[in-house]
Amino acid sequence: MKDKKPMKSVFKAGAITSEFIGNSIYKHQTKTSIGAHNIFLGQVRADDIKGKTVSAIEYTAYEDMANQKFHEVRESAFEKFDLTCMHIYHSLGTVKAGEICLFVFVSSPRRKVVFEALEFIVEAIKADVPVFGKEIFEDESHQWKLNS
Amino acid sequence: MLITIKYFGQIAEVTQKEEEQLEVSKGSVSGLLNTLNTKYSDLKNKDFQIAQNQELVDLDTELTGAEIALLPPFAGG
Repeated sequence: MKDKKPMKSVFKAGAITSEFIGNSIYKHQTKTSIGAHNIFLGQVRADDIKGKTVSAIEYTAYEDMANQKFHEVRESAFEKFDLTCMHIYHSLGTVKAGEICLFVFVSSPRRKVVFEALEFIVEAIKADVPVFGKEIFEDESHQWKLNS
Repeated sequence: MLITIKYFGQIAEVTQKEEEQLEVSKGSVSGLLNTLNTKYSDLKNKDFQIAQNQELVDLDTELTGAEIALLPPFAGG
C-alpha cells in the first residue's frame, strides 16, 4: 500500500536532528515490503565568500505555495517511480553550518528505483519550491543564497 | 481592485515590508510591476519571479485579484 497522506507541512523549525532522522528510519522496520531506502541530507556549508565565512543560513519561505509545490513534487514522484513511501522535511529559521536543513527519504521494494527517485525529488525541490536562504556571516553581515 | 502583495527575502529588504494591500486597476501583471517599480525604485535591480494565486505567471498574465507574491531566486536545500 502506498503511503499517500493528505497534504501536511514539510517545514520544521530549526535544524533537522540526527535523532529525528534515525527515528524516521526506525519507524520503517514495520514496513516489510520495503527492500531499499535512500536518503538525501542537505547540510549547511561554511562557504568562504570574499574572506568571510558563512556561519548559518536563515531560511524563509512562501509557505502556502511551498507546501503546494512540495505536494506536487511528491505526487509526480509517486507517479513516476514505484515508491512505497516518501518523506520530505525542510528547515525554516536558523540552521548553523554543519547542521542539516533538508531531509528526503524514499523507500521502495527495489534499490534502482530509490536512486533515481531521490535525485528527481531533490532537483525538483531546488528548482520549484519558493524557499529563500539568508547566508549569515561570522561578522553578522549577510548575503542571499542562490541555488547553483 | 484591492490586491494583497507579498514580498520575500531580498525583495522584502527593498520594500521594507513583507506584505501590503494595494488598490490596482484591472490589467496585466506588467501594469502592477510598473506601479511597484515606481514605488520601490531599487526593485529594478533585483532578480525575481511573480506568482499569482501561488502559481508563477508572466508579465502578460491578467490580474485576477488573487494574491500576488514577488519571489527572489529559490534557495531551498
